[in-house]
Amino acid sequence: MSAPAVDVGHADYLKHAKGILSWLYTLDHKRIGVMYLIVTSVSLLLGGAFALLVRAELFTAGPTIMEHDTYNRMFTLHGAVMVFLFIIPSIPAALGNFVLPIQLGVKDVAFPRLNLASFYIWVLGACFLMWSMYDSAIDTGWTFYTPYSSDNANAVSAAAMGVFILGFSSIFTGINFIATINKMRPKGMTFFKMPLLLWSLYATSLIQVLATPVLAITLLLLTLERTMGLGIFNPALGGDPVLFQHFFWFYSHPAVYIMVLPGMGVISELIATFSRKRIFGYSFIAFSSMAIAFLGFLVWGHHMFTSGQSKTASIIFSALTFTVAIPSAIKVFNWLATMKGGAIWLTTPMLYALSFIWLFSIGGLTGMFLGTLNVDVHLHDTYFVVAHFHYVMVGGTLMALFGGIYYWWPKIFGRMPNDKMGRLSALLTFIGFNVTFFPQFILGSRGMPRRYYSYLPEFQDLHQISTVGAFILGVGILVGFAGVVMSLKNGKKAPANPWGANSLEWYCSSPPPHENFKVQPEATDPYDFSGWKWDKRTEGYVRKASEA
Amino acid sequence: MKNFSGLLMNSSLDPAGFWFPDQASQNAELVDDVYFFIYWVSIISFVIIVALMVFFVRKYKRNKPDHMPPKQSDHNTVLEVGWSIPVGIVGVILFYFGAIGYIDAKTPPSDAYVVNVRGYKWAWEFSYPNGATSTDLYLPANTPIKLVISSDDVLHSFFVPAFRLKQDAVPGRYTEFYFETKEPGTHHMFCTEYCGTQHSTMGTRVKVDPETQEKVMDPETGQPMVENQVFVLPQADFEQKLKELGNPCEGLDAASCGKLLYAKKACVGCHSVDGSKIVGPTFKGLWGSDRKFADGTSAKADENYIRNSVLNPKGQVVAGFNPVMPTYQGKLSEEDIKSIIAYIKSLK
Repeated sequence: MSAPAVDVGHADYLKHAKGILSWLYTLDHKRIGVMYLIVTSVSLLLGGAFALLVRAELFTAGPTIMEHDTYNRMFTLHGAVMVFLFIIPSIPAALGNFVLPIQLGVKDVAFPRLNLASFYIWVLGACFLMWSMYDSAIDTGWTFYTPYSSDNANAVSAAAMGVFILGFSSIFTGINFIATINKMRPKGMTFFKMPLLLWSLYATSLIQVLATPVLAITLLLLTLERTMGLGIFNPALGGDPVLFQHFFWFYSHPAVYIMVLPGMGVISELIATFSRKRIFGYSFIAFSSMAIAFLGFLVWGHHMFTSGQSKTASIIFSALTFTVAIPSAIKVFNWLATMKGGAIWLTTPMLYALSFIWLFSIGGLTGMFLGTLNVDVHLHDTYFVVAHFHYVMVGGTLMALFGGIYYWWPKIFGRMPNDKMGRLSALLTFIGFNVTFFPQFILGSRGMPRRYYSYLPEFQDLHQISTVGAFILGVGILVGFAGVVMSLKNGKKAPANPWGANSLEWYCSSPPPHENFKVQPEATDPYDFSGWKWDKRTEGYVRKASEA
Repeated sequence: MKNFSGLLMNSSLDPAGFWFPDQASQNAELVDDVYFFIYWVSIISFVIIVALMVFFVRKYKRNKPDHMPPKQSDHNTVLEVGWSIPVGIVGVILFYFGAIGYIDAKTPPSDAYVVNVRGYKWAWEFSYPNGATSTDLYLPANTPIKLVISSDDVLHSFFVPAFRLKQDAVPGRYTEFYFETKEPGTHHMFCTEYCGTQHSTMGTRVKVDPETQEKVMDPETGQPMVENQVFVLPQADFEQKLKELGNPCEGLDAASCGKLLYAKKACVGCHSVDGSKIVGPTFKGLWGSDRKFADGTSAKADENYIRNSVLNPKGQVVAGFNPVMPTYQGKLSEEDIKSIIAYIKSLK
């Protein structure tokens, strides 16, 4: 299976073995990370194209460019592709896969074969999901609520099966990360000396392993209902459609934290490195990741305040929801405190990190409106909710992903990304994002429901602003990709440590050799930047002579 | 709650109605008070976060690549626990007032006026204590109202922004919502739980002339007119309206009654009368035509065919259309069906 061994240190992992098969059969976590980066980026562009079609249709109050059934399929595809194919795997499976073992100073993850299996299971699940959605024209929204979805039970079972297969890919990555972090940390690296990215990936992995099986149970029950006529979710058979929502959100709410926690980890790395200062309140940030992972399992009912669930349940879920505010706020405060008194370097990744703080703050603060019971009753299923979760998911995770891509790209491909394009992209995505989604808070408060193909004329102005913003955002994302991809051709060769960071991945060459390190190095203090000095010749940081 | 609004923030901070539609119920005031409290907490927090961020970026700029900031404390447990406390306190306040408002909206007084709301694909039907039904919602002013909400098919959600009211309609059970109307007025209503093709027109929508398929413009404002709304009427007008609704076909011939039912029972959403295709086949020229069905069979459109299509719509599906129509069993009386047939006959 594995590619032939080549002398370590002579060839980087990209040149280590040649030919397409050496990639398809690779067990190298770096190559698997790169393959994940490619497929999740393609998913992002695909999901983005659906989003632009949706926004284009909403440019006028009546029909604009498509039929209502087509529109319903478009927003379903947008949601499903973005959630299941892009945002859940993006940071952990692409960047995490690449960075995690190197940060631990090891050659690979604990189970390299499982890692490759997880990639192919992702591919299989993605094909299955896309095929089922295309083949049977699923128009249920990514939430597949019963009993609307019961009318199209075969197709929904097939799509849920696709999501379930994708879930296994998540579980495998999660198991791998948990085992690797538990068993393979280098000498001197206790849990509380790990880079914070690893804490967030650890918390994410725990959620992936614990929450995903619930999806399997749901699928099993859907199948039982369909084949044996057991009334579980479908009221026509005596089932309860609200039960489906409980199952769905029991998985999907923790999944929201699967989406955002890795982004928070990336931001912690970026803020510390580019403030050249020890991260403030390390243990609070680390614990807040674990707290979010834990509390994330207890708040699913806040998606269901108007569903007809019992009053008592709604009240309890509302109370629990506010507890999530505390760890989220702790992170923001600590990032700011890290910047205070630092030496702040406004690189492209840092611009994305600042953008993250702005957008995530709005996302988090608007969450308070939705956690408050009677206010949520007004805002639920309006554009306010759409705006809120895009501020968290896109404003949070997508900004962190781009920040992370620009930060680790020199390490991954050995080329410096185009800085001008990076900055332009950070600016365009920031402006485009706010122009797209801020008006949606106003729309939602005024009562504009979501998933509407046509709407009343009074909402048109705000919708038009939002659509213009979406296209600016789209251009920003394309410029962002262009800035990194073009560097492969004409980018400046990257030094081993362009940023002066001190976690272990910056100790090996850019790109890293096939086996990362000849022997596992001892742990460094990831937030002590004092050992590096600027080297004009390579335009990167090198170890100070006394310690080199 | 009045004290709360007086002490903290209240909705008079939104005088031009920038964020909200009219405050047309007691419940709306409670919601808006809490909303604006969170609004100001959010704005203040956001301004602090961004101001600190901008200030730090400007003040602590790196001046050369080897610039190392001085060694500083990297944690402060008192501070970190300290800044979590206000977050916790805000959380408790919001939870408390949100829950109070929610419980209020779920606890109707025993003398509340009850209106049943029934959702089906894709219309709402309101029924009143005297047996009358309507597709617009009529309510008496300054009255406590209890809505009892149900669904015939899939999930829907009944939403009146001006009342800050939203409640899912769940097949197989009743859900409830209580509020108190204020002055007479006209408001929008929507469906906010996605329910398929015509989800976005299930509720207040732009008025379309069924014959020309053109938007109907308001001659005064020049804006498109909307239909299917919530009307809060003075008590006397409301009672008058109920009487009219109780017997809609009085004094009409069968075809005119059918035309009325065509609009009232939401046939208009899917079946045109001008030959164009919406979701289902047009009624124009339907009578006496040969119908070809998806299963390959065919039949002539006569009384029996129309009656069967109304009561068992999935039995004979015309080729090229989807079997999405719900049954009208129980929604139309035998008399009603006769009137519909008469109306279709008249559409040559």
